[in-house]
Amino acid sequence: MLQREGQFRNPSGCAVAGVIDRSGQNMSGEAIIEAISVMHERSNGLGGGFAGYGIYPHYKEFYAFHMFYDSISAQEEAEKFIKRHFEIVYYSEIQTRKLPSIQNEPLIYRYFLAPLPQKLANSHLDEREYVARCVNRINAQIEGAYVFSCGKNMGIFKGVGYPEDIGRFYRLEEYEGYAWTSHGRYPTNTPGWWGGAHPFGLLDFSVVHNGEISSYDANRRYIEMFGYKCTLQTDTEVICYIIDYLVRKKGLTLDETSHIIAASFWDTIAEKEEKAREQETLLRRMFPSLLITGPFSIILGYTGGLMALNDRLKLRSMICAEKGSRAYISSEESAIRKIEPDPDRVWSPVGGEPVVFELYDGEGVRNK
Amino acid sequence: MNMYLQPEYEVVRKEEKCTHCRLCEKQCANEVHSFDPKTGRMVADDAKCVNCHRCVCVCPTHALKIVKSDDVYKLNANWKMQTMNEVYKQADSGGVLLSSMGNPNPQISFWDKMLLNASQVTNPPIDPLREPMETQVYLGKRTVEIQRDENGKLKDTLFPQLKCKVPVMFSAMSYGSISYNAHESLARAAEELGTYYNTGEGGLHKDFYKYGKNTIVQVASGRFGVFKDYLENAAAIEIKMGQGAKPGIGGHLPGSKISSDVAETRMIPEGVDAISPAPHHDIYSIEDLRQLVFSLKEATSYKKPIIVKIAAVHNVAAIASGVARSGADIIAIDGYCGGTGAAPTRIRDNVGIPIELALAAVDQRLREEGIRDEISIVASGSIRSSADVVKAVALGADACYIGTAALLAMGCHLCRACQQGKCNWGIATQRPELVKRLDPNTAYKRLVNLVVAWEHEIQEMMGGMGINSIEALRGNRLMLRGIGLSDTELKVLGIRYAGE
Repeated sequence: MLQREGQFRNPSGCAVAGVIDRSGQNMSGEAIIEAISVMHERSNGLGGGFAGYGIYPHYKEFYAFHMFYDSISAQEEAEKFIKRHFEIVYYSEIQTRKLPSIQNEPLIYRYFLAPLPQKLANSHLDEREYVARCVNRINAQIEGAYVFSCGKNMGIFKGVGYPEDIGRFYRLEEYEGYAWTSHGRYPTNTPGWWGGAHPFGLLDFSVVHNGEISSYDANRRYIEMFGYKCTLQTDTEVICYIIDYLVRKKGLTLDETSHIIAASFWDTIAEKEEKAREQETLLRRMFPSLLITGPFSIILGYTGGLMALNDRLKLRSMICAEKGSRAYISSEESAIRKIEPDPDRVWSPVGGEPVVFELYDGEGVRNK
Repeated sequence: MNMYLQPEYEVVRKEEKCTHCRLCEKQCANEVHSFDPKTGRMVADDAKCVNCHRCVCVCPTHALKIVKSDDVYKLNANWKMQTMNEVYKQADSGGVLLSSMGNPNPQISFWDKMLLNASQVTNPPIDPLREPMETQVYLGKRTVEIQRDENGKLKDTLFPQLKCKVPVMFSAMSYGSISYNAHESLARAAEELGTYYNTGEGGLHKDFYKYGKNTIVQVASGRFGVFKDYLENAAAIEIKMGQGAKPGIGGHLPGSKISSDVAETRMIPEGVDAISPAPHHDIYSIEDLRQLVFSLKEATSYKKPIIVKIAAVHNVAAIASGVARSGADIIAIDGYCGGTGAAPTRIRDNVGIPIELALAAVDQRLREEGIRDEISIVASGSIRSSADVVKAVALGADACYIGTAALLAMGCHLCRACQQGKCNWGIATQRPELVKRLDPNTAYKRLVNLVVAWEHEIQEMMGGMGINSIEALRGNRLMLRGIGLSDTELKVLGIRYAGE
């Protein structure tokens, strides 16, 4: 019998794309579906997904949990847990469109949640840590229930299928957001489990990734010291946890984080001006086990921005472009041209150098 | 002479090639070779031969070879010849059997039962001839509080670390157990390689203070040669709690190797056996270790990392956990196949556990306890090749110590007679006429060559795995697969079976 995602290490090739309107103007999910569909050949129909930011303006104070359930009983058990820890402000089944190409979907529900104040106070945890731990417990302990999105005013939509079909299945053309990312997956195994598709998210962080990192087990065994559990055994999961650890728990900036996970070579650092040399040397000495090697191109989504990052040898393609307030990131330029035929500027970011696009007004922006 | 003991090896001389130049006779400190004027031929006393191969190597006409004697006792699978001979020796002398270098008996080498990965299709191998391939590591604590100055710049809150350009250092070998020239060679090689050599417990000769930046000094139970200048001169200080070849006992240096110079460096009388106490008499428990760690840090103004070296024993993981919480910066774990200049044979061959299992257990335990950043791990005790280094790092080591391989690079032939002090290669001896045979200019270069060659091989193997920094290999156990191992062995090593 084939093992399910998480029971084996599952590397995969992929396509990634992202778009943000830095003036905060909303876009429907239509454009990102169109963009990723151009890169159909980079996926194999075994996984596709999207993350949208700014899509729940009416519930932006609440954690939006997107859940997969294998069964009604799993749903009941998970909801019992949720009720013990959160006030449910609103919940419903996520509206989907039946498509012949999308089969065997699980039950898919959405909850807008606020942590129970007394429970939160008793936990002595920061609110976000409380939520993260609750998500961890549901995913690790309740069989058949899986939280696949848990940020505020953002949501992940994913499943088994080609990404453009997954986008239509979730009716993303009906959502409006200021930033979108998407992912088409080419896994080298056939798990066929919806939770294994990407983006992978934790709180408002979402990661889409193309590549196969060679440092996986070094990274995993290190990050698991700090309360993370890599249950899916995918690169995307461990990268997301690393970023969460460095940014949320350690308080580093995205730029500093990039200089840890895609650090410049020692020889390159030696040639930099004094301040950069000192800081980058220090970061490498502090967190050597979070260096990620092997090919990767990732788009990190967070409240107020997108970050593109390539591995330090740039072993995966990634292109950025700008047109007015809009910024684009993609595995291939064709996907950008499909939705913006006449960009002001198109460039290929250097390996290891992060490209950050953030909302102009800085509202909700965590890092500069 | 013990009439019961027959020579283990025979010196075979091809008469037609021998020119009677008598070089073998001059070169053999064991006095095996002599010229018989009556017959006009060279003769050899096989009983004295330790098979160090010095004569074979220097013979200008290649007239010599040493072969294992085919003389046998009545075959007995339980009472092997070696076992019987040891009984004869002890019946003769009433003494403890003494040996040198690592355990020569057939062992399971777990290194040989672990296979490395390489990239195919889904990610690319990296070519070290064309791309950067980093082998540099920093050893020490990595626990950090993120603090920023008024400009938001990160402050350097790290404890002192050791920077190694390659994850290979020369392990502790004292002046006394090895010669002045051997020490000079190691020091100069460490300096050129950007790594470290280790004084062992014999103090630091004043001539070598200039290599301080690449010197690790040892503080062992005998405290030989320990004083202010010694500590201050070093890059790091190693507390030697144990050694893989002789866990549970202290160092042994026979009086025959304690020359006046060695005596001065060790601060002990000349010609007297230097037997270190089994324990440190100020360390009977883990809290005592913490006190010594901090005494040494106080003495050196918290500027130097402190290494605690322990022998790999049964509960090594729990011990390492204690050491990691003792304030030490680095733990060196020495496996039971590790070498020595002199150890009781029974202890060397029967006490301790293999480094592979100890390393895997320690790394896993420290991670489970969330304290792996408290301490770096240095593995030693039979690291025989670059492949062993790569596997050690993948299991979880930050770096390795090499001792035997370094001695081999200088010419040692593993005759395992170091304790006799008559090393024909000028390494494990203090006799001036023998010491001078080891030319530091040549020997240091050979050490450099060895480590450079290993570095290239490490880079090739890393590149194959698609890894371009040794830091991304550390603890990366998915890069290892076991072959011919039991489920229990796989579990302890924390690796999967080949094909899984």
